[in-house]
Amino acid sequence: MVNTVLEVQNITKRFPGVIANDSISFKLNKGEIHALLGENGAGKSTLMNVIYGLYKPDEGQIFINEEAVEVQNPHDAIARGIGMVHQHFMLVPVFTVLENIVLGSETTNGPSLNLRSPRKDIQKIIDQFNLDIDLDTITEDLPVGIQQRVEIIKALYRQVDILVLDEPTAVLTPQEVDDLFKIMRSLVDQGKSIIFITHKLKEVIEIADQITVIRRGKVVGSAKPDEADQQSLATMMVGRDVDMHLHKKKAEPKEMILEVNNLVVKDANGNVEVDDVSFEIKAGEIVGIAGVQGNGQTELVNALVGMIPTESGTVKINGLPATNASPRKVTEMGSAHIPEDRLKDGRVLPFTIADNMVLNTYYLEPFAKSGIRQQEEIKEFAVDLVEKFDVRTPSAENTASSLSGGNHQKEIDAREFSRPINLLIAAQPTRGLDVGSIEYIHHRIIEKRDEGCAVMVVSTELDEIMELSDRIIVMFNGKIIDTVNADEITKEQVGLLMAGVTA
Amino acid sequence: MTDKNNNQDNKFLKHLKKNWAKYTVGILLIVAILYNYDRDPKVTQAVLASMVRHSTPLVLGALCGLIGERSGIINIGIEGQMLISAFAAFMTTAYTGNIIFGVVLGILTGMFMGYLLAIMSIALKLDQIIGGTVLNILALGITSYFYQVGLSMGQKILPIPLGKLADLPLVGRVLFNNPPITYTTFILVFVVHYILFHTKWGLRTRAVGEHPRAADTVGVDVFKIRYVNLIIAGGVAGLAGSFLSLEAVGSFERAMTNGRGFVALAVMIFGRWTPFGAWGAALLFGFASAMQTQINFSGALDIPYQFISMLPYLLTIVVLAGFVGRSRAPAASGVPYEKEG
Amino acid sequence: MTKENKKKDDQIKERSFGIVGVIWKKISVPLTSIFLALFIGGLIMAISGSDPFEAYGALFQSAFGDINGWGRTLEKATPLIFSGLAVTFAFKAGLFNIGTQGQLLMGAITSAYLGFAITGLPAIIHIPLALLGGALAGALFGSIPGLLKTRTGAHEVITTIMLNYVAINITDYLSNGPLKEVSSSDVVARTPPIEASAEIPQVAGLPLGFFIAIIFAVFVWWILEKTTLGFEIRTAGLSGTAAKYAGIKVTAIIVITMVISGALAGLGGAVETQGIVGRYQPGFNTGLGFDGITVALLGKVHPIGNIFSALLIGSMKAGGAKMQFVADVTPEITNVVQALMLFFVAADRVVRWIIRQRETDDEGLTLTTGWGN
Repeated sequence: MVNTVLEVQNITKRFPGVIANDSISFKLNKGEIHALLGENGAGKSTLMNVIYGLYKPDEGQIFINEEAVEVQNPHDAIARGIGMVHQHFMLVPVFTVLENIVLGSETTNGPSLNLRSPRKDIQKIIDQFNLDIDLDTITEDLPVGIQQRVEIIKALYRQVDILVLDEPTAVLTPQEVDDLFKIMRSLVDQGKSIIFITHKLKEVIEIADQITVIRRGKVVGSAKPDEADQQSLATMMVGRDVDMHLHKKKAEPKEMILEVNNLVVKDANGNVEVDDVSFEIKAGEIVGIAGVQGNGQTELVNALVGMIPTESGTVKINGLPATNASPRKVTEMGSAHIPEDRLKDGRVLPFTIADNMVLNTYYLEPFAKSGIRQQEEIKEFAVDLVEKFDVRTPSAENTASSLSGGNHQKEIDAREFSRPINLLIAAQPTRGLDVGSIEYIHHRIIEKRDEGCAVMVVSTELDEIMELSDRIIVMFNGKIIDTVNADEITKEQVGLLMAGVTA
Repeated sequence: MTDKNNNQDNKFLKHLKKNWAKYTVGILLIVAILYNYDRDPKVTQAVLASMVRHSTPLVLGALCGLIGERSGIINIGIEGQMLISAFAAFMTTAYTGNIIFGVVLGILTGMFMGYLLAIMSIALKLDQIIGGTVLNILALGITSYFYQVGLSMGQKILPIPLGKLADLPLVGRVLFNNPPITYTTFILVFVVHYILFHTKWGLRTRAVGEHPRAADTVGVDVFKIRYVNLIIAGGVAGLAGSFLSLEAVGSFERAMTNGRGFVALAVMIFGRWTPFGAWGAALLFGFASAMQTQINFSGALDIPYQFISMLPYLLTIVVLAGFVGRSRAPAASGVPYEKEG
Repeated sequence: MTKENKKKDDQIKERSFGIVGVIWKKISVPLTSIFLALFIGGLIMAISGSDPFEAYGALFQSAFGDINGWGRTLEKATPLIFSGLAVTFAFKAGLFNIGTQGQLLMGAITSAYLGFAITGLPAIIHIPLALLGGALAGALFGSIPGLLKTRTGAHEVITTIMLNYVAINITDYLSNGPLKEVSSSDVVARTPPIEASAEIPQVAGLPLGFFIAIIFAVFVWWILEKTTLGFEIRTAGLSGTAAKYAGIKVTAIIVITMVISGALAGLGGAVETQGIVGRYQPGFNTGLGFDGITVALLGKVHPIGNIFSALLIGSMKAGGAKMQFVADVTPEITNVVQALMLFFVAADRVVRWIIRQRETDDEGLTLTTGWGN
């Protein structure tokens, strides 16, 4: 007898100008891992926020254990047995694991907080599901994979039966993903049910019992994992045949552009983030920096472009010394930098698009003459770029904050690609974008390579690294664990390296 | 078992390693005080008692600041909260002749100011620094408009010696022969510490100050916590104001807070956002002020008094410059919280 | 998504109402704030038994009724424009300079010193020289919180306030000691009067200093909007990381901004000394610094807007005495009204709600970034 624990019927959620969810229906059965597969922006998160009580649906009905309910807020959702593990962990960094778990469901002893009896209950849960965790560690000291476990325990402690995991693998190493899948299995084996939100095809096939595919706010299909293959799921998810392989010519590396020798970078607290790193990139090749988030890639990029100081080691660009060069010097040496966080870094949202287009060249002629800005020249330049790069905006005088989605990326690309450059450093260039935009940006990057630019791409998406790179550098714990030619290694091998496993 | 003991030993050593400077300074201070007490008990006692007196409004101000900031709201309006409360407390006492009414009204006024700050920073999402500045200017304007020259309240609040304790050498006169608001301040330090670190409310407060969204997702009402904390904090500032007009001076003067609300913020930072830390820091500032009075009074040093008057303010700057980077503020302080959806 | 649509909507509206609509959108909030504050101030007067119409009438008459009134108002507005500009300029770099008071005092006493100590100079040299001295003193004093912030991370809000008290003590000492006027009977702590050649004259009954202030307001606007330095300041003010990315030395910008802001405040003090007081005397310029915050915010943190808000606050100061004389209302009521104006203009959501206006996407103000940055 199949037992439906959660059913959503014809859920519609509109935001001004868009329909985020358009009459979505699906059923979650007891003891099942149900994958919701869809691209970024397909409406998965909106749907989960509706189920979790963060949004009110405009139409439609939710059933829990076959009973129609209205989920008022997250607290209500938890009371009804629905728990959520957010993509960005909802943990207080300075709290102990125990404090984080009891927060919001505290027990008291007179006026005092009682942590003793919850400790016992939580330990029971930990033992029952083999979760292996120390309750007294400060949360921020834990690796990401373990923090995720804290989130899961948090939900279990609140006695939820349905667990929503929002892109849980995005931040994990392949090994941590395996551990997570084991935990998920153990959970459903003991009667819990899981909604697994993802855009990763391979994982869906590996772990899900049932797959529902969402595109542009609509359910476009469902499948059982043993009947589906990656190609057909991808077509369903994107809505057209996806050429899963990028066609590019073989690289023809020429002169040396970037040389990094024994680079060490420490953070503000003195922790070594980049540990004795040496590599080089030649004109006409793409070098991918692979690694799980937080293994020193961000710091490496920031040190190379002058955003943070280096501890020791040398950097040369075009054979000239560039160690600890200021961001301006690095730019003037002919390099372009696409920053990791498109919204926050590298742009000033309240400024006009025109001002953002000259953000790092504003002081140069013709944009300024003896310290006085030349508005006409700036505007002309910006209008030209807006057209060339197809940035969708009514005018270059509109504020950058008025742009939407992929246009943010295009705006940065327009500025960085419009200068004569011979080194391109792109950090997470496609994070959060849909397949169309990803293709567009990948083509631009390859175009730059073919024009003779040295390209460094940092990405936590293994697929992106495999597609784009001519050579792959894998970082682990701040060190380069291996450098390999892209056509001589499999994705699985890179995955192992990312986890710190050397052959 | 041994493992656990070892662990504790390590923690203790770590703690010592981290805080050795503080302990050394503390021990040296105690030795210096005892030495001086031996030489000149009267002056030493007077300086220490004056230290406690000077520190009281600072402790209360710092408690007000940290209760708010632990829940994520920066309060630079403490100065204004104190000033207008001092005024309300004084006026009430002057008109009713009842000091208790005065203190109660002082506290209520402070709470109302806290509520105003809460509205500005939580509901209106005003920049919190500007919100606090509004309070300061508002308090200055209102008190100077309604202030009447020549009002008096009679006797200010008198010290209550605590029986035999007050007869103890040195500490007796310094700690156990104080007026009631000063005693209340001692108790409040313990109470706030207890609430902050040993109750459900405290856990939630700290969560809201560090990661409001995380608290929100487990059903903690972020806005409620912030409102209540700011109102209570306002009450504490109100007590500080009552102290100034009713207990310390015995009348109201224009702008009588004299920057104490801001010094209290430095005290809070120096005390690493903890009640006991704030107490220690406030005593240090109180000591500086006491020495300043003592030097002025005795004429021991031939320095123009203006330069000695600068000391507490310069000390604040030094403390801020030296310590702000090294201690960690609640992560979400200063950031308005927006609910999702 | 919501935001985008709203914006489009606003843009359409803007087009349909033309230039008038644009200006209305910019000044509607300050105007409503002023009205609300005056209204509540009137209520307070009524409650305390005075006739608000009579009081405001007397205030207005005294401030704008004749050329003398205008002279008084412009005189009071002049230092306010400068301290408002000082606050505005710092705001643009994301800094909250509450220390204009101290910088102003240092400027005032320096210009007084240069005014009385140097003799025999023609006015055309003496006036600018003393002004320059005041500006430099303010700049020097303003650079301290800037340096402290960049070197140690100490938040400027507290350091500038503490430095205000330091400045009060320094000027107190100087006017009581080394710079004290020597006279047998006079026990007042103040400097000797400045030479006539250092006094800023009146032009047709109106103070010349006011026109100097206007020139500076335009100059500040020009720096902020038209120069690369202004672009750097505004970028640093809106996003520290973006500024760093753009190759701007944020620490240098912070110090430069505080120096210029301090110079503007110092000029305010110098103009006060050379145009009004004629010497330095403690207590003659208190409150001007805090008033600068009101002026800046009421002027929508726009240099030109500062001129108008300074005129308003200045008129309240100029007419205060008459108000007390005619309606028996203590002039301190203007402080309450000012605080209320500041409240309403800062809490613009309230005002927008009252006049049913949507939010604009002005370059907003964010100053609160914790204590460490």
